[in-house]
Amino acid sequence: MNDSFLLDGEDIPFTPGQTVMQAAAAAGKYIPHLCWHPDFAAHGSCKLCTVKIGGRFATSCTVRAAAGQEVENRTDELDAKRRTLLQLLFVEGNHFCPSCEKSGDCALQATAYELGMLTPHFDHFYPDRPVDASHPDVLLEFNRCILCELCVRASRDVDGKNVFALAGRGTRSHLVVNSDTGRLADTDFAATDRAAAVCPVGVILKKRVGFAVPIGQRTYDRQPISAGLRADDKAGAGFGEAG
Amino acid sequence: MSFQLETATVASDTLRRVAIDPVSRVEGHGKVTILLDEDNKVHQVRLHIVEFRGFERFIQGRPYWEVPVMVQRLCGICPVSHHLAASKALDLIVGAVRVTPTADKMRRLMHYGQILQSHALHFFHLSSPDLLFGFGSEVGRRNIVGVAQQYPDIAKKGILLRKFGQEVIRLTAGKRVHGTGAVPGGVNRSLTADERKDLLKDAYQMIAWSRDAVRIIKELHQQDPALYDHFGTVRSSFMGLVAPDGSLDLYHGVLRARDADGRILFDQVDYQTYDRLITEEVKPWSYMKFPYFTAMGPAAGWYKVGPLARVQNCDSIPTPFAEHERRELVAYGGGKPLHGSLAFHWARMIEMLFAAETIKDLLHDDDLSGTELMTGGERRREGVGVIEAPRGTLFHHYQVGDDDLVTMANLIVSTTNNNQAMNTAVREVAKQYLDGKEITEGLLNHLEVAIRAFDPCLSCATHALGKMPLEVRLVDAEGTELDRKYKA
Repeated sequence: MNDSFLLDGEDIPFTPGQTVMQAAAAAGKYIPHLCWHPDFAAHGSCKLCTVKIGGRFATSCTVRAAAGQEVENRTDELDAKRRTLLQLLFVEGNHFCPSCEKSGDCALQATAYELGMLTPHFDHFYPDRPVDASHPDVLLEFNRCILCELCVRASRDVDGKNVFALAGRGTRSHLVVNSDTGRLADTDFAATDRAAAVCPVGVILKKRVGFAVPIGQRTYDRQPISAGLRADDKAGAGFGEAG
Repeated sequence: MSFQLETATVASDTLRRVAIDPVSRVEGHGKVTILLDEDNKVHQVRLHIVEFRGFERFIQGRPYWEVPVMVQRLCGICPVSHHLAASKALDLIVGAVRVTPTADKMRRLMHYGQILQSHALHFFHLSSPDLLFGFGSEVGRRNIVGVAQQYPDIAKKGILLRKFGQEVIRLTAGKRVHGTGAVPGGVNRSLTADERKDLLKDAYQMIAWSRDAVRIIKELHQQDPALYDHFGTVRSSFMGLVAPDGSLDLYHGVLRARDADGRILFDQVDYQTYDRLITEEVKPWSYMKFPYFTAMGPAAGWYKVGPLARVQNCDSIPTPFAEHERRELVAYGGGKPLHGSLAFHWARMIEMLFAAETIKDLLHDDDLSGTELMTGGERRREGVGVIEAPRGTLFHHYQVGDDDLVTMANLIVSTTNNNQAMNTAVREVAKQYLDGKEITEGLLNHLEVAIRAFDPCLSCATHALGKMPLEVRLVDAEGTELDRKYKA
């Protein structure tokens, strides 16, 4: 028999070694997140999955589940903090949903809808981030990067290519390409790489696809992100456990 | 070259300035300035476009497949026109010289839905208050709410016609406003049989109501022919797309222009060569450019576009009711083109009827439910897309690099084509109605009526980043000019 903990008052079973996020996902329970992905080691950077355990804040993607824990997740207090984190992400980049081809498949947009974010609230940074269109098959639209490092992890840990990295510090942190020129075309990156399909926002895009799938028929148009389907999981497996 | 009343011939600082700011019941933001002397004699009238958009510039550096979705944000009234003109230009970039029948007909349906809703909006919501109550009538009543109170049947038809057009757009583009149905090389959806059936249920009613609308505007002409024939008359050349056989086609065709007497200036011109036909002039007092036929020069080469140009430019309209009405309009002109500003409304309602009939015909076509949505071919670096938007001929011109990013964009928006004509219309009206009189709100509304007749979309029409002459004047508290800088 599994051990279990309480998530917003509901019993959630877990196996030893699972994080709170992994156990919740396995049970079909949504904890808002952006940098966590079931196929990759936890990163703990976006802080959106912050929950309260025994009255203390903890990132649910990194903290181990323990028997008898009482975990608060979708409380007004936590969702308000998550909305603020989202607002900060929106103003730090250039996110123009109306003309973004990722709209409807974007985890940032879908999470903002899920959490009822109505305005950016803070002043926009309007960073100057030119696109990299040098690769024949893939466009890099750095304006939308939320620094989740999923592409960094996928390229390094799955593809074995180490194409991406974060450079700079603090608010100047930004995604870079590991080549002498800094251009994607000068790496061995391929459109079939795992890293090409893992971006939760609209940074890494297969070229010449655009709006082939109509707005209104996309992943998060069909159901909210809290229903568990991921835009990068076309098999429709829903919430997944760590691979 | 300056036109009469464009630039005052006496020192402007001795004149009194009256401004209509903003011009109301038009799309976008513009203002009219009038310079008068102490006897209220008019010395200068200008329609200024005071907002700035800059789409031509910030499209550069964007991936081409994003453009049809991004550029439609130019406008909330006729986004479909920009969406389709951009898609047509980018069809050529992806080598889709001819899109599939399903794509062609889905786009046509979307476009005629747009024509229907935009023309209904303009006539019923924006212009009917002037036409039904009178230009100088009580200002508090001169709006769509006043129309709904006094003429509820007319207001209801206007609202439902627009609603139907928007429903056509929703089903073809995905949303009523700012949809994504057209993509470079085709479309991303087709209609189900049930969707077509649902629209067809109402299509015949829309044709009947459009016929009523033509009847309303004809009756208004008959009640006051002196006003309707002569108000804001702007004699000029006019241009538009026609089908290769000379019939009216608002989605695709060749360019044709006539002079003010109706003689053909050019015909069967492939719009890919538009930049050899047209030059855009800039003036220091407006963000909107002034296009003219290059061969005729800026003084004589300006022209009109839009419903009145189109209905008189074509040889026929391919739907029966609209063709019947076109013949009546042409006969009314006695063989010469009509140039009165208010004749725009008559032509606009004929086009609305044409759109309603075309929508009905298209909905019977099984190609709308086809599955071949996209096509492609040999990649090109440049494409021009032209469409007859509700307000007139709309040009989208793009160059795209090998890396798929846009390197050049040029838009000549419908309203821009009418810039000189609108300015001329307000000057004519100012001379006729304001000169020497005490200025009242009702008299000033006459100027707005003349502008409204063109159904301008001012927010669409202003994109000249980097080309705009800029004049800065430093004045002291008494208004005395201390310094002036001019950047060409």
